[in-house]
Amino acid sequence: MLVIHCPYCGPRPEPEFAHGGQAHIARPQDPTTTTEDDLLQFLYLRENPRGLFRERWRHARGCGRFFNAIRDTTTDFFVTTYKVGERPELPGGAA
Amino acid sequence: MSNLTLTRRSPHIEARSWLEPVQAMLRLSFRGGPEAIAAASTSFGVALPTTACRAASHGARSALWVGPDEYLLLAPESDDISVRTALTASLAGIAHSIVDISHRQAAFLLKGPHAEWLLGSGCPLDLDLAAFPVGMCTRTVYMKSEIYLWRTAADVFHIETWRSFTPYVVDHLVDAARECAA
Ligand SMILES: [Zn+2]
Repeated sequence: MLVIHCPYCGPRPEPEFAHGGQAHIARPQDPTTTTEDDLLQFLYLRENPRGLFRERWRHARGCGRFFNAIRDTTTDFFVTTYKVGERPELPGGAA
Repeated sequence: MSNLTLTRRSPHIEARSWLEPVQAMLRLSFRGGPEAIAAASTSFGVALPTTACRAASHGARSALWVGPDEYLLLAPESDDISVRTALTASLAGIAHSIVDISHRQAAFLLKGPHAEWLLGSGCPLDLDLAAFPVGMCTRTVYMKSEIYLWRTAADVFHIETWRSFTPYVVDHLVDAARECAA
């Protein structure tokens, strides 16, 4: 079974987790200056890389918290997981 | 509301050699930051654990770590008013949330030499004593149902299920028990 490291609870089995899509998507701060293109980018456009990808995950059946992960989309290998607000750099440069 | 008398009925769970129903109790879902946690520890009478996935007890009251700012507080039903009054008083002016979930859940003890094996029939966690020691607690899954799991002794697990899921969880355990004739 795939084991995912929750930043709060430690290593836990995959069925406890829910995938939350691409990480680090920031909502446009000021609605009055937000353009249609900004909203298009925010709402709909997502990366779909082959390789390392920063994703949101939620320990839905455990502590319930959202966190971020860097996962290799070709091997399903989790390089690292980290709390919301952090952004660890990787040698080789993740997306 | 004070005139309203509610009878708390737990789902019927048939006792077995390895399964013991837990009587109705007061359950509070408590959330708050470090300041609220410190205040609640004093007024509840149990130091809320700050270590992940650990439970603490004092007398008949227990506090289970559920998330970084979330706890399940357990107390006898008879402490209902006194617990709420004490918590509310000590938490005045401090951001927090307390939700009464006494009726939402039902509990039973899974015990005996086969307890770990029985739980393993539907729970994907590593339940070995080294990985899941006495005093450890967590929210997790059994089959497709969410459960709160708390190891109170080497061969005793306190399990809380959402009340409408109780028959589902118990029936699957009974099914598993047929295999090891527990
Ligand atoms: Zn967790």
